[in-house]
Amino acid sequence: MIEIRNVSKWFGAFQVLKDCSARVDKGEVVVVCGPSGSGKSTLIKCVNALEPIQEGEITVAGIPVTDPKTDLPKLRAKVGMVFQHFELFPHLSIMQNLTLAQVRVLRRTREEANEKALKLLDRVGLRDQAQKFPGQLSGGQQQRVAIARALAMDPLAMLFDEPTSALDPEMINEVLDVMVELAHEGMTMMCVTHEMGFARKVAHRVVFMDGGEIVEDASKEDFFGKPRSERAQLFLSKILQH
Amino acid sequence: MGLDLSFFTWDLARNFLIGGLIFSVVLTLVAMTGGIFFGTLLALARLSDRPWLAFPAAGYVNAMRSVPLVMVILWFFLLIPFLIGRPIGAEWSAVITFTAFESAYYSEIMRAGVQSVARGQAAAGFALGLTYAQSMRLVVLPQAFRNMLPVLLTQTIILFQDTSLVYAIGAYDLLKGFETAGKNFNRPVEAYTLAAVVYFVICYSLSGSVRRLQRRMAVVR
Ligand SMILES: Nc1ncnc2c1ncn2[C@@H]1O[C@H](COP(=O)(O)OP(=O)(O)O)[C@@H](O)[C@H]1O
Ligand SMILES: [Mg+2]
Repeated sequence: MIEIRNVSKWFGAFQVLKDCSARVDKGEVVVVCGPSGSGKSTLIKCVNALEPIQEGEITVAGIPVTDPKTDLPKLRAKVGMVFQHFELFPHLSIMQNLTLAQVRVLRRTREEANEKALKLLDRVGLRDQAQKFPGQLSGGQQQRVAIARALAMDPLAMLFDEPTSALDPEMINEVLDVMVELAHEGMTMMCVTHEMGFARKVAHRVVFMDGGEIVEDASKEDFFGKPRSERAQLFLSKILQH
Repeated sequence: MGLDLSFFTWDLARNFLIGGLIFSVVLTLVAMTGGIFFGTLLALARLSDRPWLAFPAAGYVNAMRSVPLVMVILWFFLLIPFLIGRPIGAEWSAVITFTAFESAYYSEIMRAGVQSVARGQAAAGFALGLTYAQSMRLVVLPQAFRNMLPVLLTQTIILFQDTSLVYAIGAYDLLKGFETAGKNFNRPVEAYTLAAVVYFVICYSLSGSVRRLQRRMAVVR
């Protein structure tokens, strides 16, 4: 579903991604982890071309993301993305947040879009908040709305960039629960996260990045059993301490 | 020598001032609307990473902001007939000039407004499949506009004061109305004093509303 082949990227003179290759098959859940600044966010943004790359190739559902002829808005509409800081539109109600792109991009009628939005809000347990504005919701609620907003586009795959790291601890689980459910339903997911409990529960594979490189790409069992690289061992020992 | 205001009657207001006031207000509203529209386009061009858009936009804005308005008014008055090949009235010339001039100032405000909206907002729009134009129109600009509303209104008050500069090309605005009345009744000092009072009352009450709006927005945030 998602194929990343030999991708390199520079910010000016600084090489942020070094010859990265990875893939996420249909129905697979891949967790990407690694120290802060290792390039995880950059890599995941490259998948739907929010960041351009200088070398290599990325395809999503067979469509080359990096081809200048590709209709990027159309492609991005098929890939859901959830951000660390939610990025709900603060000037729109929850309902409008969920229907905006359905109407403007997918050309659904307002009724279809509303129906879909309510169904998804129901699913993340927030139907009664439909008329509120993002600023009136807690962080956990906002992130669940953000997931619902992405799902409203009926995406082929979902990208998550540290969806719980801006949340107060007591709100992390309500978001992870939604993600676990999504994984169990067979959604194709690429998740940047340090929630190793989540990884153990639903990940098929774990990708470990450090310094712009993909240091390890292993099955969940191998990664948690005996990571081959020293850097991954060190990282795991650090984040599993607490 | 005391001020003799007895010449100031409703008849005088009707005959000399109302027309001028209407022109000043219409000129302000048209230049504001056009200025915010073109200013927003200029701001987006300036923020673009394409140099062929960013450079001319920056050049235009800086040029307009570096010359006195009265010069631009005179210059356009001479230049526009030359460009379109036929004479144009002082009123139309004023409308075009003020729109062009104010675009530069509004564009700086809108540029700050766009920058005040988190970068992630545009990214979230793109990620949902919105085009650049849709992301701007539906996501970024409404927030930028809202954040900058007090500053945009303050600029509009300044614009209203500046409309009095159309005296340079002989357009009939509010100030010209007072001036003409003063001449007719041979009371120039009183007329200009009244003009100052009227401009003061209008602008002071408008800036009062802006301050109230600002306080209300501070509470909402
Ligand atoms: N727009 C940018 N311009 C320059 N450098 C950037 C930019 N975005 C990220 N970086 C740098 O690239 C590196 C990787 O960033 P990022 O992908 O956000 O890492 P991670 O998500 O793993 O913490 C960091 O050193 C960061 O400072
Ligand atoms: Mg990151």
